[in-house]
Amino acid sequence: MATRTGRGARKRLAWVGFLALLLGAGAAPAADLSNDDCLACHSDKTLTTKRWARTVSLFVDGKRFSSSVHSALSCTSCHADLEGKDLPHSTPLARVQCGSCHSDEQKQHANSLHGRAIARGDALAPHCVDCHGNHDIVPVKDPRSAVAPLKIPFVCGRCHREGTPVQTNRKIDQHNILENYSESIHGEALFKKGLVVTANCASCHTSHNILPHTDPSSSIARRNIAATCTKCHAQIEEVHRKTIKGALWEKEAHVLPACVDCHQPHKVRKVFYTQGMADADCLRCHNDERLKAADGRSMFVRTVEVAGSRHAKVSCSQCHSGVNASRVRPCETITGKVDCSSCHEEIGQQYQRSRHGQLLVAGDANAPNCKECHGTHHVLGRHDPESVTFPTNVPKLCGRCHREGQKAAVRYIGRQHEIIQHYTESIHGKGLLKSGLTVTATCTNCHTAHLVLPRSDPDSTVNPKNVPATCGTCHHGIQEQFVQSVHSALVTKTDKEMPVCSDCHSAHSIRRTDETGFKLDIMDKCGRCHEEIARTYFDTYHGKVSRLGYTKTAKCYDCHGAHDILRVADPRSHLSRANVVATCQKCHANATRRFAGYLTHATHHDPKKYPFLFWTFWGMTTLLLSTFVFSGIHTLLWLPKALEMRRELRAAEQSENEQESGREQLEEKAGSEDGNHAD
Amino acid sequence: MPTDLELRAPDGQPSSRTVVPDRETKRPEREFVRFTRLQRALHACMIISFISLALTGMSLKFSYTAWAVMLSRLLGGFQTAGYIHRTAALLMFGVFATHLYDLYRLKKHEYKSWRALLFGPNTMLPTRQDLKQFLATMKWFLGMGPRPLYGRWTYWEKFDYFAVFWGIAIIGSTGLALWFPILFTRFLPGSFINVATIIHSDEALLATGFIFTVHFFNTHLRPEKFPMDTTVFTGHMPLAELKRDKPLEYEALVASGQLEANMEEPQPEIVVRTIRAFAWIALSLGFSIVVLIIYAMLFAYR
Repeated sequence: MATRTGRGARKRLAWVGFLALLLGAGAAPAADLSNDDCLACHSDKTLTTKRWARTVSLFVDGKRFSSSVHSALSCTSCHADLEGKDLPHSTPLARVQCGSCHSDEQKQHANSLHGRAIARGDALAPHCVDCHGNHDIVPVKDPRSAVAPLKIPFVCGRCHREGTPVQTNRKIDQHNILENYSESIHGEALFKKGLVVTANCASCHTSHNILPHTDPSSSIARRNIAATCTKCHAQIEEVHRKTIKGALWEKEAHVLPACVDCHQPHKVRKVFYTQGMADADCLRCHNDERLKAADGRSMFVRTVEVAGSRHAKVSCSQCHSGVNASRVRPCETITGKVDCSSCHEEIGQQYQRSRHGQLLVAGDANAPNCKECHGTHHVLGRHDPESVTFPTNVPKLCGRCHREGQKAAVRYIGRQHEIIQHYTESIHGKGLLKSGLTVTATCTNCHTAHLVLPRSDPDSTVNPKNVPATCGTCHHGIQEQFVQSVHSALVTKTDKEMPVCSDCHSAHSIRRTDETGFKLDIMDKCGRCHEEIARTYFDTYHGKVSRLGYTKTAKCYDCHGAHDILRVADPRSHLSRANVVATCQKCHANATRRFAGYLTHATHHDPKKYPFLFWTFWGMTTLLLSTFVFSGIHTLLWLPKALEMRRELRAAEQSENEQESGREQLEEKAGSEDGNHAD
Repeated sequence: MPTDLELRAPDGQPSSRTVVPDRETKRPEREFVRFTRLQRALHACMIISFISLALTGMSLKFSYTAWAVMLSRLLGGFQTAGYIHRTAALLMFGVFATHLYDLYRLKKHEYKSWRALLFGPNTMLPTRQDLKQFLATMKWFLGMGPRPLYGRWTYWEKFDYFAVFWGIAIIGSTGLALWFPILFTRFLPGSFINVATIIHSDEALLATGFIFTVHFFNTHLRPEKFPMDTTVFTGHMPLAELKRDKPLEYEALVASGQLEANMEEPQPEIVVRTIRAFAWIALSLGFSIVVLIIYAMLFAYR
């Protein structure tokens, strides 16, 4: 087209150029407009106009247009009202009539809900451009297309979504359409599996001939539904043989229930299947108590078990999937085991990530699967006291494997032992099992029910990093204090391992904190890291009394706090200058500031830190040693002499006894002893 | 050189002369009165007080040993042990005050002046004579001389006596500071309580250690007195022993003719037995404490 130039055109161009200069705006000749003429102005990204008080861009991407299905057309082919107009043209232009080419679609659309709404002058009604776009239309098969299968739900969802004016102001019977669709088997196939042949909005509602289900000619009218669904589910009647007698499909289709009666529209997964029929088929065999599998397992199904279970309304084949209804023995096609995750999808994912799931994948014979814990047909909710997963039964349940000597315990190489025993004696165990307090923490509260991971896994709820949050789910107030304390990894940045709840309270043998045993034990717990400071504490009166086994004197937490331990330099600390006297006063009612100067961690072994204590101690020790050395030597020297004296006295006594009257002999002896002495 | 045996010869006769004719019983000899009734009572009170203080105090000092934990339980817990400790301390202060009052009375009635009491021949204060006797004793120990002639109070007895003064001053004052820390920190720094703890505890260790070993040996366990010397309990000392152990005092008494006035009938058998039982208990408690301390310091020290 651009080649159609001549003298006159050139002249006109010159004239237009002059006009453009005059008007200060881009302009093009009126007649015989080429696309380039249009793009001379419309390739400017800043070109805008005001429409209904809104600023609308008038930019046309020439490149994208040239790759669109309409690239061979000139602008005026669609914007027909510009034909023969002078440039720059006035705005607004008339709406493009796609129907001039796409007459069938135009006709359908005009007859559809949308077209009729346009005719009514409904401002919300969609025109071609609202779904298809304008200058960049590409074939539907092109993934870039605005109406490519993957985009359709969003194109429709733009209006048919909760909260939009269409959904709120117009009479639409269905709700949460987009959400339900995306969760449905169709939506999942489209979004999760990228299956573009799956049903999207247009597959059922048609693209242009969209009619209400009340309209007999609608694709979703009751009598047309089957035809619509069978476009894809071509042999669906084969599958429904058990439900609906085959002859009816042909002879009396109008008496049959519509697909949507069971498979609700938009949420085709959360099905309302008619119950009982399929189960009755299964029970024809499985109701027999003598029924045995090839390996001898009983295949008898107690219907009362299922009826009283959480799955009372779930049919056999929903869990035992893979049945082929066309077979005489529909179950003979079942190859896989029951996959609970087909309904309990999220839980299934958690389980697969868990240690249990990992072991199962690894083919470990000890790995517990769903039924190991939940049972099979008699599955009860965890709120049912009869259920094995009811809180009071959980320790027993986990204990089946984790009790000492059982299969999980024997392969365990960590530090926790006698887990069930310890738990039972712990505050949680007593609360649960003795006081019947079902809100008490059981195994699953800390380890989770399905995402059970070893402590070393950073995602584990019992990984040290996550322990405060885990305990905090119940002990929230404590967690709030703890995360601000020096022991919190958020406060103290260090490479050393920081203590978490379980380091002081233990994991499975958590005791009441007002128990004497716990109170005394906690000092050793603090002392595991604060070795020196604990040792010096035990040198003081407080520590000595605690050592004797009495809890009345101050222990670590009495002064430092328990969970809200802060640096002494922190003004909020119990031991800050502002608070320390009040802290002492908790026990010493009349404590003064000077009294608070008592050294609670004093040691006489540190000459640098406490020189006066050091020298007092060594002064006293010197006094002690010198006194003992001196008197010791004195005594030792005395001993032989004293022994000698004793011998003499004894001898004297003896001779006195022998000769009561004879004094001469005594004198003689005295004389001889005198002689000895002289030696 | 005069030995005790030589000294005994001339003085054995007056005693037998005066005592024997009056007597028909087995224990005819009258005995020398060394301690007054009050002095004996004070010593007994001091034993009770001292052992109580030691037991209760050591249970805290050696809290890291199993025996301390048991002892503390036995005494009714650390709080009851604390009450016992402070009550015993009050008794000790009472003993000390009574003794000072007794000294005052002694001065008033017998010596008439402090000078006579403090610098007379029977003074408790260390004298030049004591230094000489100490040196002479050392020579005797080393076999370089005879046994010195001691007077009423030997130097080691004086040492024991003043050790109590020193102990009461040091342990008593620091003990009060620990008892009333808030009062004391009104005018002393808080860390004084830490200092007081060290002094109180170590001085107490010295006192117990000294009394239960050195004092025990010097007065009771010396082979010639073994197993014990009951003089401080009965107040009586056999004349022979006076002559042997305190020859200078004996001579002085004979010279001044005061000996007879200071002789008394022996205590009745039952009294002596009771006293022996009491002394045995005190001795064994003291010994046990020493054993426990040695165990704690050598084997359990942390």
